[in-house]
Amino acid sequence: MNEPSKHGANEPYSINCQAINNFVVRFANTNGTGSASSNNMFAKAILRMGIPVSAKNIFPSNIQGLPTWYEVRISEDNYLARRSGSPEIVVAMNAQSLAEDIASVANGGFLLYDSSRALTDSQFRKNISYLAIPISAICQKEYQDPRHRQLFKNVIYIGALAALLNIEFDVLKSLVADQFKGKDKLITPNIYALELGYQYANQHFTCPLSIKVERRDLVENRIMVDGNTACGLGAVYGGATVVGWYPITPSTSVVEKFSSYCQRLRIDPASGKRNYALVQAEDELAAIGIAIGASWNGARSFTATSGPGISLMTEFLGLAYFAEIPLVLINVQRAGPSTGMPTRTQQSDVLTCAYASHGDTKHILLFPQDPTECFEFTALSFDLADQLQTPVIIMSDLDLGMNDHLCSEFTWDDKQQYQLGKVLSEKQLDEVKDYGRYKDTDGDGICYRTIPGTHPDKGAFFTRGTSRNEYAGYTENSTEYVANMDRLDKKFVTASLLVPQAEIIEGKKTAAVGLIYFGTSSHAIDESRQQLKDHGLAIDTLRIKAFPFNNQISGFIERHHHSFVIEQNRDGQMRTLLMNELNIDPAKLNAILNYDGLPITSTFIVEKVLNTLALQQKIQVS
Amino acid sequence: MSFQKSKFHHPRLPVNDLGLNYRDYEGALSTLCAGCGHDAITSAIVQACFELSLPPHKVAKMSGIGCSSKAPNYFLNKAHGFNTVHGRMPSVTTGANLANRELTYLAMSGDGDSASIGLGQFAHVVRRQLNMLYMVANNGVYGLTKGQLAATADRGMKNKVGEQSLFTDIDLCVMALQLGATFVARSFSGDKKQLVPLIKAAISHQGFAFIDIISPCVTFNNHPDSTRSYDYVHEHITTAAVTDFVPVKKEITSDCAEGICEDICLHDGSLMRIHKLQADYETKNAMKAIVDIETHKKKGEILTGLFYLDTNGEHYHEINNTTDTPLNELNQDALCPGSRILSGINDSFR
Repeated sequence: MNEPSKHGANEPYSINCQAINNFVVRFANTNGTGSASSNNMFAKAILRMGIPVSAKNIFPSNIQGLPTWYEVRISEDNYLARRSGSPEIVVAMNAQSLAEDIASVANGGFLLYDSSRALTDSQFRKNISYLAIPISAICQKEYQDPRHRQLFKNVIYIGALAALLNIEFDVLKSLVADQFKGKDKLITPNIYALELGYQYANQHFTCPLSIKVERRDLVENRIMVDGNTACGLGAVYGGATVVGWYPITPSTSVVEKFSSYCQRLRIDPASGKRNYALVQAEDELAAIGIAIGASWNGARSFTATSGPGISLMTEFLGLAYFAEIPLVLINVQRAGPSTGMPTRTQQSDVLTCAYASHGDTKHILLFPQDPTECFEFTALSFDLADQLQTPVIIMSDLDLGMNDHLCSEFTWDDKQQYQLGKVLSEKQLDEVKDYGRYKDTDGDGICYRTIPGTHPDKGAFFTRGTSRNEYAGYTENSTEYVANMDRLDKKFVTASLLVPQAEIIEGKKTAAVGLIYFGTSSHAIDESRQQLKDHGLAIDTLRIKAFPFNNQISGFIERHHHSFVIEQNRDGQMRTLLMNELNIDPAKLNAILNYDGLPITSTFIVEKVLNTLALQQKIQVS
Repeated sequence: MSFQKSKFHHPRLPVNDLGLNYRDYEGALSTLCAGCGHDAITSAIVQACFELSLPPHKVAKMSGIGCSSKAPNYFLNKAHGFNTVHGRMPSVTTGANLANRELTYLAMSGDGDSASIGLGQFAHVVRRQLNMLYMVANNGVYGLTKGQLAATADRGMKNKVGEQSLFTDIDLCVMALQLGATFVARSFSGDKKQLVPLIKAAISHQGFAFIDIISPCVTFNNHPDSTRSYDYVHEHITTAAVTDFVPVKKEITSDCAEGICEDICLHDGSLMRIHKLQADYETKNAMKAIVDIETHKKKGEILTGLFYLDTNGEHYHEINNTTDTPLNELNQDALCPGSRILSGINDSFR
């Protein structure tokens, strides 16, 4: 059973990796086999030992039978981006991808595999250690039900990893108890399966290995959660009551989480009835139509989608922009174009969202970097949409939306009041002398709305996508049309002051190099900063949190000799948007573009920065 | 351009229960072609709302794009209106209705808007049992783009330039019946006597009400080869029953022999009184209604009147179990769970 002892961990190589709280474990599974919850338990166990951890799901657009990977990075240094290079441990549970998985282990690393089926000679690498556990055979012996034989395989290898990596068994037990709260019958069998793996590893290998974890106190009050859950919860806190949606990966769980929180938190205590309405629509056209109709009628509403859905929603986005209807749209970006790579991440809808729809349109974009900001920005987006009477698009992505991220806990100030913007009540309408829906009385480009049903005689108007005068009357008069378009532009300037401002980190002395980035690229930035410092290069950084931009960003670009725009798409869309909106000389902006569908790494950024600078130096010298 | 009507009116114009006169229910001056069927529909809506004493500001006027969808500008000036995008009025109305269940939603659409570009949205709003009145002004052609055939045009019918409708026509009443609408009727813009009681009953009805209104296009579809011209419709129209709307608190005066007369009580206590003209007429059998419509069509006749009425069906908010207070009136206390609950949620992520 334990035949590959010739390469087993019992005879460790002198070249074996050595690491405490700083390594990567990759799980290779088949999708649809129930591995996700066990793998998640593994990551959470490390978190509960006080060690920073990040986890990435690399999965196919498929329900059952295809290879899927789960990569856990353990980092005492708090580096939470995907790490480049090979993982120190691979748990190979998928025969389909076995060759690839064996090859992927770092030199000196470990391969934990199911030895119920012997490996062939060619599958043995000399420079890694093999941890052979007959997992299927153990399950065959222990369980009768074929479903259990499959499911408990995942629990057994987690148990074995606990022994191998020094994970506290009590932590795992408490996680099982939490996971099966209310289904108490399942607790004992799961702990038993953990024990099976734990005992086997202890009996057959020298535990712990040369790579292992040790309890720390580095997590503090942080939480580990995915961005979609955070957006769904943010919408509950932001006061959304109406949702129209259509399922699409990777945005689906935004609405599912909103729904499940509403079932708990939005039931009227007296009547037991719902304080919300959620419609799974026939398509994305209807989904956004529902959100627009509800917003027009004075309820906070949103829809969530991904690239192909954005394409379908663009006509309605133009209507909402022009008719000035508040709208919150959560876009969890995936790799395009067309169907693209539906289960891979990208930031490739920047331009399409900034200018979505025909005619002169512009939309407000918010770029959350982590689940904390997914929560905050989603709640905030309802205020912004109401204040500015226009669509606000949250630009999340698959990595942020569907992977768990370690982030600051969610906070809410109970004193904070919803900002409903300029909406006239019946009493205010009585006082207004000459009401016009599209009159810019305050000079900020934002006019006063009325909600249907407010006043018996005053304030009613006809909302439409066709040109209108200040009193909402239909017009094709050129002067009135231009005045209206210019006012909408003025409103966008007002917006640039209301949206979250960029986060700038600059040394006392301005560095020669400035990195501009946004969204999930931020995870790799701290690490890049350190790595570039190790190369003797100091950098300043600017994180874009929102569009429209203001002169804060142009100032940063002005101050730096070399500016880099880091983004996860092929065409440098943010760079284009910066050039276009801030009149920046293209030569001033270098592009760092990662578009392979996997989250960007610091190694990638550092290499690009150094190569570009070296090249520019060469050009200068010659 | 839109032109407002003069507010000048006869001082002794009759008033309704709210003290409003007929003129209080009018809108801007119509810019549709003189003689357009849609203007007759507009005036039927004005009359129905006036007679029902609907507070005008408690109505939301919804429409898509096309000649039909311009019509809401021409009635109920004191109500908010929303001219949405082509074929998408049903989704916007859905959202509006979910936000405030207390308004009356009067929607105008056309054959292009509902039977072509918006067929999917039409089908799904029926399924959803939205509490609204959905009216289609059906003239068989695209007016604003000058006379192309619509999907409701009878197969074989020719438009003004002689182009023939080559494909099967879509009957929106049949679709509505099949998809579970609880009030389905067809009428004719030229028959106000039939149309006004139908609109009044449809507004009183709680649930999805659909009225397909044959509304001839005087400019592009009123020629001898058309099956939607005034002459053709007048000659081929047939009615299964004459309906009358009896408001709440009004005594029923018209006498009615048993067997040929049926009273249906609507949600607000008003009555739909039906005088049967055809012996086998009934209102509670959707399948039979579909057969009747198709049988008459085969004979070259346009069957009109109330086809189906189910006063027991649940509408969207009942199915969803939405709270009674309109969602757009819920305040932050009702909507935001607050920081204490949030700290418990944070713990679930540790």
